[in-house]
Amino acid sequence: MDKDAYTSRKLASDQDKDILLSMEDVSVSFYTHRGIVKAVRNLNLKINKGETLALVGESGCGKSVTAHTINQLIPMPPGKIENGKVVFEGRDLLKLDEKEIASLRGDRISMIFQEPMTSLNPVFKIGDQIADVFLAHHNIKKEEAMEKTINLLKLVKIPAPERRIKDYPHQLSGGMRQRAMIAMALASPEPGLLIADEPTTALDVTIQAQILRLIYDLKQDIKMSVLLITHDMGVVAETADRVIVMYAGRKMEEADVYSLFEKPSHPYTQGLLNSLPSNKKYEDAARLEAIKGTIPDLLTIGSECPFENRCPHAMPVCRESFPDETKIDDDHSVWCHYVEGEDASPSSQLVGDQGEK
Amino acid sequence: MEKILEVKNLKTYFTLKSEKFGAKPEVVKAVNDLSFEVNKGEILGIVGESGCGKSTLGKTILKLNHKTGGEILYKGNEIFDLDAEDLKDMRRKMQMVFQDPFSSLNPRKKVGTLLAQPLLIHKLGSKEEIDVKIDKVMKEVGINPVYKGRFPHQFSGGQRQRIGIARALMLDPEFIICDEAVSALDVSIQAQVLNLLLDLHDKYKFTYIFIAHDLAVVEFISTRIIVMYLGKIVETADKKELVNSHLHPYTKALFDAFPATDPKGRENRDPVLMGDVPSPINPPSGCYFHPRCPRVMDKCKLEYPELKEVSSGHKAACWLY
Amino acid sequence: MSTEIKENIIEISSEKNSLFREALFQLKGNKSAIIGFIIIVGFILMAFLAPWLTPFEPNAQDISIRKTAPFVSSHILGTDDLGRDLLTRIIYGSRISLIIGTISVGISLTFGILIGLISGYYGGWVDRIVMRFIDIMLAIPYVLLTIVIVALLGPSLINAMIAIGVSQIPQYARVVRASVLAEKENDYITAERSLGASDSELMFKSILPNCIAPIFVQATLGIGDAILSSAALSFLGLGAQPPTSEWGLMIASSREFVTSAWWIVTFPGVAVLLTVLGFNLLADGLRDVLDPRMKD
Repeated sequence: MDKDAYTSRKLASDQDKDILLSMEDVSVSFYTHRGIVKAVRNLNLKINKGETLALVGESGCGKSVTAHTINQLIPMPPGKIENGKVVFEGRDLLKLDEKEIASLRGDRISMIFQEPMTSLNPVFKIGDQIADVFLAHHNIKKEEAMEKTINLLKLVKIPAPERRIKDYPHQLSGGMRQRAMIAMALASPEPGLLIADEPTTALDVTIQAQILRLIYDLKQDIKMSVLLITHDMGVVAETADRVIVMYAGRKMEEADVYSLFEKPSHPYTQGLLNSLPSNKKYEDAARLEAIKGTIPDLLTIGSECPFENRCPHAMPVCRESFPDETKIDDDHSVWCHYVEGEDASPSSQLVGDQGEK
Repeated sequence: MEKILEVKNLKTYFTLKSEKFGAKPEVVKAVNDLSFEVNKGEILGIVGESGCGKSTLGKTILKLNHKTGGEILYKGNEIFDLDAEDLKDMRRKMQMVFQDPFSSLNPRKKVGTLLAQPLLIHKLGSKEEIDVKIDKVMKEVGINPVYKGRFPHQFSGGQRQRIGIARALMLDPEFIICDEAVSALDVSIQAQVLNLLLDLHDKYKFTYIFIAHDLAVVEFISTRIIVMYLGKIVETADKKELVNSHLHPYTKALFDAFPATDPKGRENRDPVLMGDVPSPINPPSGCYFHPRCPRVMDKCKLEYPELKEVSSGHKAACWLY
Repeated sequence: MSTEIKENIIEISSEKNSLFREALFQLKGNKSAIIGFIIIVGFILMAFLAPWLTPFEPNAQDISIRKTAPFVSSHILGTDDLGRDLLTRIIYGSRISLIIGTISVGISLTFGILIGLISGYYGGWVDRIVMRFIDIMLAIPYVLLTIVIVALLGPSLINAMIAIGVSQIPQYARVVRASVLAEKENDYITAERSLGASDSELMFKSILPNCIAPIFVQATLGIGDAILSSAALSFLGLGAQPPTSEWGLMIASSREFVTSAWWIVTFPGVAVLLTVLGFNLLADGLRDVLDPRMKD
């Protein structure tokens, strides 16, 4: 943790102006009648302005809880933010009251969900819903807001936006609804952070490709920061700048997207990539290299490395403590006793044929 | 190669209740005039986006849906003409593994009961024999038999899917339809279950129809692939042939749309296929794909192309070929 | 290959609670449900232990002590116009109310489940005919319907139970049908059908056990309703006949003394109120606990 504390101090001093959001040592638990579920533990992350950070992991890894911590959507109780800070533009979000948070939500921090139907109001027309966001933040007339809405819908590539603004959410297809949600997120005066929680999981693959391309393009056009929550390594490869791999509430690896795919260093990241049938190495293979076992129970988990029971390189020390950060590169860190113990260049040995894809 | 299943001009239509009085009821042609064969021991992958009719097709083959026309011949016998006894027999031989491991197991039944049920329905074996069989099958799918007294909700998604597979194995089937069998699972668990299905295939020489929307999964597991779009087969070929030299523009779009597992070169990828999947209620005129097709011709707007054999075993329904 | 598979055997780490235990746990935190539960347990104990709870006979008359006020003699709640001990009659009345509640709910439950299952499972024209019939039954005011049935069968306690049971069938049929419709969409039904299970196996062994929760809530609510209706019928002279110590009848036969001896009409009324309240509170609590939509 010392290294992390040092990095965050250093960041606070010289790079402060580039950082949009940072989470420092955040732990979130859920107090259920079965016990305490430790959903997120000691998480540090930062999102720079104009950057797309992907949180990737399987169910139960804490990626959605992390997102919900940022805009305070964790139901409390049973949820509880045990410790840590969430600093957004210099303010600790965890210290704000309900009113201040509400004014940030949908203004500086917007969110799109897996199923857009549930986050659009079914009884209002799409155009009115988006125009309302404009009206809430700008001192403009209704007609002007509508005009801006049409422009936005054009930006997110909804065909015939003049007609679409009169549609109700159920009249749009899944992909169109997701576009409308993105448009709504963009309607706030100065889009700060867009949290996209599995934005394409419910969509068909050809539609997913369109939405991913849209998010990618928008990021180039407008300097928008995106926190992308996904379980899909393919989605990460298509859109992310930086990636954090999470597992059972812990950060396992953090890297620049190119570096992560070139030399995945954590045994879990490697296992995750090896589990993909689309991995090029499987062209003639008879079987996938699967990770054995299942995710540990978040109720009973202690201070060990949570991946220890499934890890091919598990050592006695893995059962005792969670490892400290090991730097692979400037922009590539990993939390693993095995990598820590390896000398000189651990990545080359571990990666094998992963690098040559 | 021995044909185990023949589907000829199969049609399954659904009539939707219309909301307005006197309006003509709308018809969804979920499976629209399909013909194909399944050979013994092969893994036939069926891939397509939502609304393409792939799941309806799977259910119709097992007579879990009605059919509107055409034939489904299992070893030469029409499934829809079987009497009750023969149908029960057929159900022994043909099994299904479902998508959702949370809704496909009865929450009120213990795993042991769930697995015993198929044998009890078919009155096969004594209680002891059934118990022995349950232990054997549970081991085979990788679940310790000591857990047979547990309820499904006490297992994780991957474990439940293994139980679903175990249930299908209880009757020693020869033909298994996997309907999105791994789609609801986490990636690392998905890999385990895919390996398990392949292990079982090697050991028992099952014939699989593997239905999925995930092209990568279908591509990995199948020996032959059918690509569907709006109730029609647009292309079919052996796996290698389809992967390396697909013909139909829709097949190409599917391959292109699939997110790569490598960020390199993402700035200059091919443009993605635009437009939405049309509603199967009112499919476009001519070739159903023409409004989205980058290589559309005048002819495509008028007439639906036949599924033609382009090279040996490789068929495509496209006016380009 | 098989050795490789064996290595993959998964061990399950933690024991999880059963659905039932979880429901009980949540019920513990529900105040109104606990109050309801206590009232009902008291009511049932009262019914079973009646002869030991009171030294008097419910129908023993003693004109000399008629209309004794409550809390002044050994007749704690006083006596009625024929000198019968009021508390004793209320205690014995709980037996009759309990019987009425269970039998009439039993009747409506049996037929309601059958009708709802068949209608929901088969759907199509069967469903349409059954449901239109149910709609018609629901369109007739409940009290009117029971009165008509009792009028046809003749006034007696048994006929009142039948009338209440029959007139409640539509509610149960609706509840059962709705949950059958939801339940039969689940893949496990398709899965079991693909294994060759018959319609009756699917209906009774697979679907019905999964619909128990809403039926249970409805039945709890129904017992309270039935007790209330039987009191109403008895009050109208269509249910229990004198000298039965039925709460509704007790109220009816003493209404002329409302001004002179308030307790004769008040205490049976309180008994009805408390019992029905108890069942309603418990039913509400059960609904909160058993309805998955109320959970996180």
